Amino acid sequence: MMLNKLLAGALGLALCGLAVAAQWNLQPAASKLAADIHWVHEMVMAVVLVLFVGVFGFMFWSCYAHRKSVGHQAEQFHENTTVEIIWTVIPALILVLIAWPVTKVVIAQKDTANPELTIKVTGIQWKWAYDYLQGEGEGISFVSTLATPRAQIENREAKGENYLLEVDNELVVPVGRKVRMLTTAADVVHSWWVPAFGTKQDAIPGFIRDIWFTPTKTGTYRSQCVELCGKDHGFMPIVVRVVSQEDYTKWVGAQKALLAKAAEDETRIYTLAELKARGEKVYAANCVACHQANGKGVPPDFPPLDGSQLVLGPQDRQIDVLLNGVAKNGTPTAMAAFARQLSDVELAAVITFTRNNWGNSTGEAVRPADIKARRK
Amino acid sequence: MSAVVDTHGHGHEHGHGDQHGGYGGIMRWVTTTNHKDIGTMYLWFSFTMFMVGGVMALVIRAELFSPGLQVVDPDFFNQMTTMHGLIMVFGAIMPAFVGFANWLIPMQIGAPDMAFARMNNWSFWILPFAALLLILSFFTPGGAPGVGWTLYAPLTVQMGIGMDLTIFAVHLLGMSSIMGSINIVTTILNMRAPGMTMLRMPMFCWTWLITAYLLIAVMPVLAGAVTMTLTDRHFGTSFFNAAGGGDPVLYQHIFWFFGHPEVYIIALPAFGVVSQVIPAFSRKPLFGYASMVYATAAIAILSFIVWAHHMYTVGMPLTGQLFFMYATTLIAVPTGVKVFNWVATMWKGSLSFETPMLFAVGFLFLFTLGGFTGLVLSLVPIDIQVHDTYYVVAHFHYVMVAGALFAAFAGVYFWLPKWTGKMYDETLGKWHFWLTMIFFNVTFFVQHFLGLAGMPRRIPDYPLMFETWNKLSSIGAFGFGLSQLLFLYVVLKCIRSGAKAPAKPWEGADSLEWTHLPTPAPYHTFDPQPDLR
Repeated sequence: MMLNKLLAGALGLALCGLAVAAQWNLQPAASKLAADIHWVHEMVMAVVLVLFVGVFGFMFWSCYAHRKSVGHQAEQFHENTTVEIIWTVIPALILVLIAWPVTKVVIAQKDTANPELTIKVTGIQWKWAYDYLQGEGEGISFVSTLATPRAQIENREAKGENYLLEVDNELVVPVGRKVRMLTTAADVVHSWWVPAFGTKQDAIPGFIRDIWFTPTKTGTYRSQCVELCGKDHGFMPIVVRVVSQEDYTKWVGAQKALLAKAAEDETRIYTLAELKARGEKVYAANCVACHQANGKGVPPDFPPLDGSQLVLGPQDRQIDVLLNGVAKNGTPTAMAAFARQLSDVELAAVITFTRNNWGNSTGEAVRPADIKARRK
Repeated sequence: MSAVVDTHGHGHEHGHGDQHGGYGGIMRWVTTTNHKDIGTMYLWFSFTMFMVGGVMALVIRAELFSPGLQVVDPDFFNQMTTMHGLIMVFGAIMPAFVGFANWLIPMQIGAPDMAFARMNNWSFWILPFAALLLILSFFTPGGAPGVGWTLYAPLTVQMGIGMDLTIFAVHLLGMSSIMGSINIVTTILNMRAPGMTMLRMPMFCWTWLITAYLLIAVMPVLAGAVTMTLTDRHFGTSFFNAAGGGDPVLYQHIFWFFGHPEVYIIALPAFGVVSQVIPAFSRKPLFGYASMVYATAAIAILSFIVWAHHMYTVGMPLTGQLFFMYATTLIAVPTGVKVFNWVATMWKGSLSFETPMLFAVGFLFLFTLGGFTGLVLSLVPIDIQVHDTYYVVAHFHYVMVAGALFAAFAGVYFWLPKWTGKMYDETLGKWHFWLTMIFFNVTFFVQHFLGLAGMPRRIPDYPLMFETWNKLSSIGAFGFGLSQLLFLYVVLKCIRSGAKAPAKPWEGADSLEWTHLPTPAPYHTFDPQPDLR
């Protein structure tokens, strides 16, 4: 890191009018793994710096002292077996010395045994779904979507402090507990990363991979998807809130209460206006990126909903598309299956909204019970 | 030998200097089988693609100048990153070095032309059509693919017809590369002048011989990967679809089995050029010629067993990660030998710093820096942290731009007098070097910081904390791009009105094209072959 610091320092000085606390090193560690990675990085950078100064010391000295313009005569040597053996063997030895401590960190990174909490994270174009599978909070399940308003992205509003790094539902974990993350994806390859924990794992459709971290400090840690996953790859942040054990227990209680209330919601009778109002919010969180606020979409990849035959036709066909998504040759397209991501009420609301908004006016309300009936 | 020599119009037109196979104008270039004509076409094609890919890079950097979406939408942004990568790798860098190979290999080994002169013509003329397919994909419904130059499945299945055009373009580019490589291998193995033993060949010929073998080995692998993508898209196969028993990660394995040797396909010819330029301006023979050859071969062989270091985060078993980590770090040894040899060549020489030497020393300095970040990235724990961030973007631009491109510039300035018979403007050449050097580092050095701080690659918009370095990087990119117009001007000025070049403008140059041929090199050379015994 010293090399980077030195060079960055020089650059930073040159720029101090422009630079406002621009960060040039790894984010502060909030887990032992991340701290180990930082240590490995600094160690390697120190070795690199020594080699750098050594090799280019020779080169620049040569550029200075052995110039033709100062009358230096070229010697004609062109091999030296001893020197050549030395500069083959020494770097090999340096590599062996580096490899030893690094291997220990790799082994630690791979040790996902005996977690206290197991959470599955599913990458979906372009959001993350979290399922608490084991440990305190088992059964909690939610989808985490970008909370930054479109107006900020399109420069119509001033950008907030956590621009592009804020979500509606944060992943919450207790401090000091070993958390095992299972990653998978619903459509294409995504990658789940929290720099402060030193964890990064690709989320691969059809396969489960795992990784772990034990957060050592409470706080909120922010990151983004790091594998190109289509149009809104840059707009699916990851936010993890690490809380004390006490707060975690409270949070689990609140989540369970929400789940119970949602179950109750499913059986209520809604008016068309209620559904439409709720649907507008669901649309803004899940649909607007592709189908656009005006319902015109971005053809041909993202078809319009305004005036769409599917939306104006029989409701069951539209319900099926939302529940199961659209596949082409057996592979999911950008129209994802929302059966898992949205509740019956939310689906009923958003379908009702699309059928009664823009130029569409069917006057029909789709009930949560209709959705439930179409679920397989 | 005479069976493969282009003899059209050789005898009867001898008197009036027109030896272009009886054709003039555009048809001369379409029908030519002359290695020098074909080399020239490769170089101009490469420069054109360099400009096209460069404009795409500037679109990317313009969008990233500020947070928020200003210039393009995210879909088009992804198309830009994809096409910038494909065009620069397959359209700009690779053809540039094939251009050098065409011009120089026959002259450096004392051969009259390439072994398969007609195939040589064809391997060039495939390229413009492949490039056309790539460009055409922008005008199809859905536009060009926005999947990254690595074309990872299953995102590729979601793309429109532009993806299919890209797949066919990759097929064509692969055919062109394979034919070019067969030609180079055959020429070097069979057409050396009497006395030009393998271990007397200039280092440039050695690096290209090994590169050609790499190309023949891995281009079919890439063709296989994209063909499987094609059948997954249209013919109901499930190579990369878990629901049908396939695996998306299989694609990545196949791609990188091509992709890592590809890095050396780009780097080795650059090593070759630099190994010609540094001794010439040090007025001293290349240090450790034999170890240079062995190191090149060692790098090529190792490049086949390190591919999964691009995939540490896909979730490999521990033993897999450790194997690929150890194998990758091993590459540092032969690469180190090369760097030490170059520095030892300069040591106690009699150095002068004309433009080719400036670019060669710039290469040596910055490529080694890219090598160091490569060592950092080879270590699994650090790679897990910075994989798919701007750190990686910075790293491979140090290797591809400061490595391959700087070497190509060094080569152009070095051989321009031999090709045109005229000298380029030394002052402007030096300006080109310093502008390129400074703006390159402004653009890419800061990207190391962005990556360490956590900025993912291939995003059209970014959190506010990354703004400062992105602004600087964008400013650098525009400076870098504009500096290349100066290069075009220098080359055109040299061709049109350069001062007449002496027969041997570089005191220390010692390969056959300088010692045995006049300047400019005549249209047909080494017929009959020189006797070097």
